Formats: sequence, structure tokens, C-alpha cells
Amino acid sequence: MRKMLAAVSRVLSGASQKPKCDLHRLEEGPPVTTVLTREDGLKYYRMMQTVRRMELKADQLYKQKIIRGFCHLCDGQEACCVGLEAGINPTDHLITAYRAHGFTFTRGLSVREILAELTGRKGGCAKGKGGSMHMYAKNFYGGNGIVGAQVPLGAGIALACKYNGKDEVCLTLYGDGAANQGQIFEAYNMAALWKLPCIFICENNRYGMGTSVERAAASTDYYKRGDFIPGLRVDGMDILCVREATRFAAAYCRSGKGPILMELQTYRYHGHSMSDPGVSYRTREEIQEVRSKSDPIMLLKDRMVNSNLASVEELKEIDVEVRKEIEDAAQFATADPEPPLEELGYHIYSSDPPFEVRGANQWIKFKSVS
Amino acid sequence: MAAVSGLVSGLLKRRFHWTAPAALQVTVRDAINQGMDEELERDEKVFLLGEEVAQYDGAYKVSRGLWKKYGDKRIIDTPISEMGFAGIAVGAAMAGLRPICEFMTFNFSMQAIDQVINSAAKTYYMSGGLQPVPIVFRGPNGASAGVAAQHSQCFAAWYGHCPGLKVVSPWNSEDAKGLIKSAIRDNNPVVVLENELMYGVPFEFPPEAQSKDFLIPIGKAKIERQGTHITVVSHSRPVGHCLEAAAVLSKEGVECEVINMRTIRPMDMETIEASVMKTNHLVTVEGGWPQFGVGAEICARIMEGPAFNFLDAPAVRVTGADVPMPYAKILEDNSIPQVKDIIFAIKKTLNI
Repeated sequence: MRKMLAAVSRVLSGASQKPKCDLHRLEEGPPVTTVLTREDGLKYYRMMQTVRRMELKADQLYKQKIIRGFCHLCDGQEACCVGLEAGINPTDHLITAYRAHGFTFTRGLSVREILAELTGRKGGCAKGKGGSMHMYAKNFYGGNGIVGAQVPLGAGIALACKYNGKDEVCLTLYGDGAANQGQIFEAYNMAALWKLPCIFICENNRYGMGTSVERAAASTDYYKRGDFIPGLRVDGMDILCVREATRFAAAYCRSGKGPILMELQTYRYHGHSMSDPGVSYRTREEIQEVRSKSDPIMLLKDRMVNSNLASVEELKEIDVEVRKEIEDAAQFATADPEPPLEELGYHIYSSDPPFEVRGANQWIKFKSVS
Repeated sequence: MAAVSGLVSGLLKRRFHWTAPAALQVTVRDAINQGMDEELERDEKVFLLGEEVAQYDGAYKVSRGLWKKYGDKRIIDTPISEMGFAGIAVGAAMAGLRPICEFMTFNFSMQAIDQVINSAAKTYYMSGGLQPVPIVFRGPNGASAGVAAQHSQCFAAWYGHCPGLKVVSPWNSEDAKGLIKSAIRDNNPVVVLENELMYGVPFEFPPEAQSKDFLIPIGKAKIERQGTHITVVSHSRPVGHCLEAAAVLSKEGVECEVINMRTIRPMDMETIEASVMKTNHLVTVEGGWPQFGVGAEICARIMEGPAFNFLDAPAVRVTGADVPMPYAKILEDNSIPQVKDIIFAIKKTLNI
């Protein structure tokens, strides 16, 4: 019966419901109303729920010491990765920093490959060689560990887009902490100078590790920090706001006007990483308030149910399916073997004949294959 | 070819002119220029970016004429933003282009070294073989003349330290052209350490070097001079000093085998070892600082390999002095290996 309902439903009835985005050097911003189809709504819901449950599973596996090292989770920020993906094409490009599991999924990799990479197994998307911060997919350039370094990289990918003349854009993400890196301003300058189709996106989750934005930045209006680059500030907890802003920004770039900057105001429930409980620099009350008032999945669910796009039961079914998918993926990630020791030396160089790589002493040699 | 032209000229009563290319003199600068020009023409994904590379024709004129020929899209002047433009170049390489990123000198590459190492060198490995980075970083390296400490550092050891990078160090024009072309065609990040003082030096260009497909393989050293008494291994400008030292010593009956490394990483130990096993003596010569340098690595590897048992004396290193480069000429001259220092080291090793 639900499936026979009108496929289209007007979601926001008036401009009063959501304020316009804050704009910098822009006459107009993204539209304040949009159309959400049932199909899209269900897709976004499923994707966000998958990211959420995947991150929570990673938390569990980390506490069981099956995942090691760094693990930066993005639960709370699902509307960003899913919303951005909804606003671009698969042929567009995306690069981000280390809080990358959500983007790795939305850019097309499976939960299996992602969890298996986190557990360091050969079925991981980087064959266990990279771990949490170094996952790559088609048109997705990671996963980068050095704060801020991904921003010039993203501008370079945008340069390639312009060079190739195919109307593609590059989404270049960084956090509120990284926003103070000098190389980002170098990238802004060159992107603007050369009119690169680069959408700089600051995912502002209010804290750079343990340092709140007020303690780190002389100006916390991150959407204005591009100075000569037009910018907009967007509610990063509302997936439709993110989608519309992304569509707007992508259209701007594709028209050849040069780069644009988007600040997504969002929030992470976890600490900076698994070694940070996340409550020494913020209160549990604050975290709870965001969860109860602005949770992105809850917001979408409420919207869909209230507009009769889906029933509560239907969405619960999706929850069950997602849980199963995550369980299966976790099983795989736990059971899959580690990469074979013989492959320790592999992938040093691309396209080269095999050669020898030195191990811990001169008698230990590993073969290196491209 | 001369015979044919003579025959045809006889038939047609016309004169054909054909000059043998063998005696061609080309400076290192022009050799690099030629190499880049040919690769830019061959593959439209290749482009050059850096400070002053376009409209200024290159800070050292190495890219002279390229902007005029290829235009703004392929030859790009950057602002003074090494970390930014090196990162942009690496990103472009990740997205499938083949950038040549020029550092005005490698001293400035320190500002961008994170992009070279963490974004370029390590990525193919970290991605499990999914993401190659076909980029070339090039520019002058090491000491120049009177440019003092901040502009005179040799980065061969620093870049040579890192798996995932290839590092080459041309000496003469043939090296310069063959190596830059190989570097551009290589699908990996390659650091090309040129030398400012060598840019203007002409060398004879053999016929094969004049071909558009002339490549020198990365990872292969060249024996510039055969010898029997001692192996002298070097890279970049000091190779010339080693040959001078060898000429002087030859008159005294000492025949040095001079090896031009051409590549720092992956190092061609086989050529060096085979030579040491023949001569039983080894001196390494480099412009960089002694501690943790190229020579130190060669000596360590000699100890680990078959050549150790053939040494009749400890291996010896000749290097730059262990100081930041001074300015005054007398001090600067004594901070880099001179011919007399190489001769002295060779004689000490041979105990003569």
C-alpha cells in the first residue's frame, strides 16, 4: 500500500521552516525547499543507518582489540557523507582526511571491505596495507593521515578535472581543526587564481581533537575563511540541506566560476578517536542534546514518517536489514586471514618488474611485486 | 646514408647536405629542456608547474621556450607556495595527469616534504596497489656558488631514505636527458636532483641521445672510466671531479675505475660490488654531509655483500664538510670535495 502512495511528496512547505544558509560573497544561496522522493528518502535512510551501524560496530571491534591503531568514527555526521554524495555524480571526485569510513562507503565500497581493512585482513579494500586512514576507491582519494595535506591534493584533483575538460568537480574536505593549516590558504589562493572546480568543504564538528573552535580559531566563520572565495554555511545535520547546498556548489563550480567553500555544521558523538572518551572537553549534556534534537537519522525518519513517505515499520525493517549486513561484514572482517607475510614488500612501485626489498636484517628479503 | 646521398646527387646533379650528428655539444640545461619538450609533445597528460617556469623561462632557464610552445595549460607559473603547489601536483598525479613539479631549489622542497613523502611516496603501498602517483619532482640540489647555508643543502640522503620514491642524480647532459625522460615516463614518484653549476656545462651528446626515445634506465649506474686499482663511486657534479682526479693519478700509474651512480634509489649495488671485487679498494665521493649520507649507505652495503671479502683496505668516504655551507669563498671551497681531497683519499686507501 505504501508503495502505491504518491512517489513524490513536498517536504518543506515554506521558507520559514529552515532559514537560508549564511552566505559569503554570494547573492543567492541554495533553494530553501526541495523535493524528496520516497525512493531517495529510503536510500538516504538506509545509507545513513549503514554508516551509523558500521561505525558502532567498529567501536565494538576496537574495544575487543580486533581493530588497532587509529580509529576515527563519524557517527553523528552521517548527513554529511550521504548528503554530499547525493548532491554529486559518481564521476565527480572526493577527498577527505582521516574520519573517512563514511565517505569510503558512500563512494562505493562495501561495509565488508571497509571493516576488513580496519581489522587488517587481506580482504580489506587496501589488502590490509593501509588501515583506517588509507582507504581508496574509484574517484575517492582517501583517507589521508596528515591534517590539511589533503586540501592541496583536492585542489590538484580539481586541476585535473579542469585540464581534462569533463565538467567534473572535486569535493575537498577538511575539519574545523585543519582549517587553520597554512597549506589550505595556499590551496585557496591557487584554486581561485586558476578557477579550479574545487568545492572546499569544512566539516565543522566544533572540536579539533580536544580543542574547541573558540580556542583554536581567531575567526570561527569557517565559510568566510576563503576570503575571496564565496562561501556558505549549511546545517550539516539535515541531509536535505547538505544535498541542496552540494548541488548548488557543484553547479557553481561546473559553470567555470572557480572554487566555492561550504561549511557543514555537524557533530560527532564519539571522541576524536577511539583513544579519546570525548567528555573531557565537552559535557555529556551537550552530546545528549545533539542526539535528541539534531540526530541526522532521526531528522530524516521523522520527516519521512510525518510526510507519509514511509511507515515506522518499514524503516524498522531497513534497520533490521542493515544490522544483518553489518553483522555479516563483521564476521567476515574477523574471520578473514591477515595478508600473507610474503606480500609485505608488495606495492612499493607501480608498473615495475619484481625486485627485492630488505627486511629487518640483511638476510631477510621480501619480494616486491607491483 | 652518405653513400646513398652521393649516389643520388650524382644522378640528379644536386648536392645533398647531411651532417653527422655525432659531434654535437649540448649543455645540461639544454638536455633537460629537450627531454621535457619531447615528453610534453609525446603525452598531453604531461605538464610542468613551479615558480617562474613559464613566462620567466625558468629561474635557471631550464624551461626556456616551453611556455611559448605549449601555453598556459601545460606550463604553469605558481605563486610562492611550495607546500600548496607540490600538493596540487600530487593530487593531479593521483587523478591521472603526469605533472613535473619544479622546486626552484631542493632547499625549498623542505616546505613541501610532507607532500613528497606522505602523499606521493607512500600512497601506492598504503592503498594496496590501487593508487599510483606518476609525478616528477625536479630542480637543482646541493651546493652552488656563494649562496650560503640555506641554499646549499644536498637532499640525496633524505629522499634516498624513503621507500616508494625513486631518486636520480644526473651528472652530464646525456644523464640529464635520459633520466628526466625516464622519470617522466615512470608511473612512480621520481625525485630528479639536478645541479645548478652543471646547467651551463656542455658535453658531447652521443647519437643515441639525440633520439626522442632515448631513455636511461632508473636504477643502473654507469662506469665512466675503467680502472683496475680502485673503485671511485660518485653522483652528480663530483663525478667530474673524480674523473679529473683519475686523470692526474693515471700519470702516476694509478688507474681508477670511476662509477657514476646516476640513481640514488634504487641503488645499483651490483655494479659497485662487481667493481670492488675487481679493484679491492673503494672510495665514495659526494657533495652532501657525511653523517647518514650516500657514501655511508654504500659502505654499509659493501660490508653486507660479497665485495667485503675482496677489500684490501677499509672503504673511505669523501663528502661535504660537516658544517652548514659558509659564504666566504675560501671557506666554501673547503666545504665541498675538491679534486685534491679525492686524490688524497685514493692515495690513503691505496697506501701510497
